Amino acid sequence: MPVLLAIAVLFLMQIVGEALVRLTGLPMPGPLIGMLLMLATLMAYGRVPAGLRDACHHMLKHLMLLFIPAVAGIMVYFGTMEGEWIPFLLACVAGVALTIVVTTLTFKWMLKRVKAPGP
Amino acid sequence: MSAHLLAVWAHMADSTLFWLCFTLLAYLLAVTVHQRAGGNPLLLPVLTAVIVVVAFLLATGTPYPVYARHTWFLQFLIGPATVALAIPLYGQLGRLKPMLIPVAVALLAGCITAVVSAVAIAWALGASFATQVSVAPKSATMPIAMEVAGLNGGLPSLTTIAVAITGIAGAIMAGVLFKALRVRDPAVQGFALGLSGHAIGVARGFQINETAGAFAALGMGLNGIATAVAVPLLFALLALF
Repeated sequence: MPVLLAIAVLFLMQIVGEALVRLTGLPMPGPLIGMLLMLATLMAYGRVPAGLRDACHHMLKHLMLLFIPAVAGIMVYFGTMEGEWIPFLLACVAGVALTIVVTTLTFKWMLKRVKAPGP
Repeated sequence: MSAHLLAVWAHMADSTLFWLCFTLLAYLLAVTVHQRAGGNPLLLPVLTAVIVVVAFLLATGTPYPVYARHTWFLQFLIGPATVALAIPLYGQLGRLKPMLIPVAVALLAGCITAVVSAVAIAWALGASFATQVSVAPKSATMPIAMEVAGLNGGLPSLTTIAVAITGIAGAIMAGVLFKALRVRDPAVQGFALGLSGHAIGVARGFQINETAGAFAALGMGLNGIATAVAVPLLFALLALF
């Protein structure tokens, strides 16, 4: 029972998220709004029910499984790139490496600044 | 005999049970290979599994739409799984509170780097304007990235490929980069993974631990919003010159 209730709550949050997106015309995916609503609900409730924790733990551990069909879909679009695939690929691969480096260093540097307050 | 087998296969090839089971087995195989190889980052489970799936689809002449139709259940679960990210995030709220300013600054730096580096590299290598716009939101989560590309004159189908390649490349390279930069804090690792590699980065974060997963979810959510603001701003600025 607790697991079924947990699943119902997840669906419900997503539904409210999707409804809010339709109502406001925000350029955001409904599930992301649902995640924020879920977070707000947990903060109001004050703790995570055990059933919800168990159900989500298993789902999140195998998140990659859920992306297999979507990523496999790349093969359908691969032909549309024609001559531009080198700049395209480099923009993605070099771009993400640079993003990881900049984000990591900035975060680390800021954490040090916050932890060691100046005079 | 072989006519019977063919009839059985024809039935299987158009059944949800077969394709769901096949995808599950491909994933389990990929996870096992990944573990046996001591967690070699090149053997990222989602990548290995997709290669197995695509090879099998090509070998059997199964069109992708047939496969997609029968595995809709997995794609459907991405929505509730995204909502579920709130649970580990809630568990990290205590750690997050004193970190709000570092998180905000890292978000700003990371988001600008993601968008500007993608556009600059594509531009420098002679890509068309449509391609530049299509790669600009590549670090954002898929639905946001497609929306942003479409609104700014890119091709959403091209953006899907960019988003997938970015996530996979980020998840593969992250381990080496963290080692080189001597970052051990799972909060920092996770945040960088989710910000740069969206949901695939989040999945990679959960491979590290719960904390990294939670901060990856935070990075993905915040960068989705930031990208939707940054991309139109950048192209408005570029249009001035």
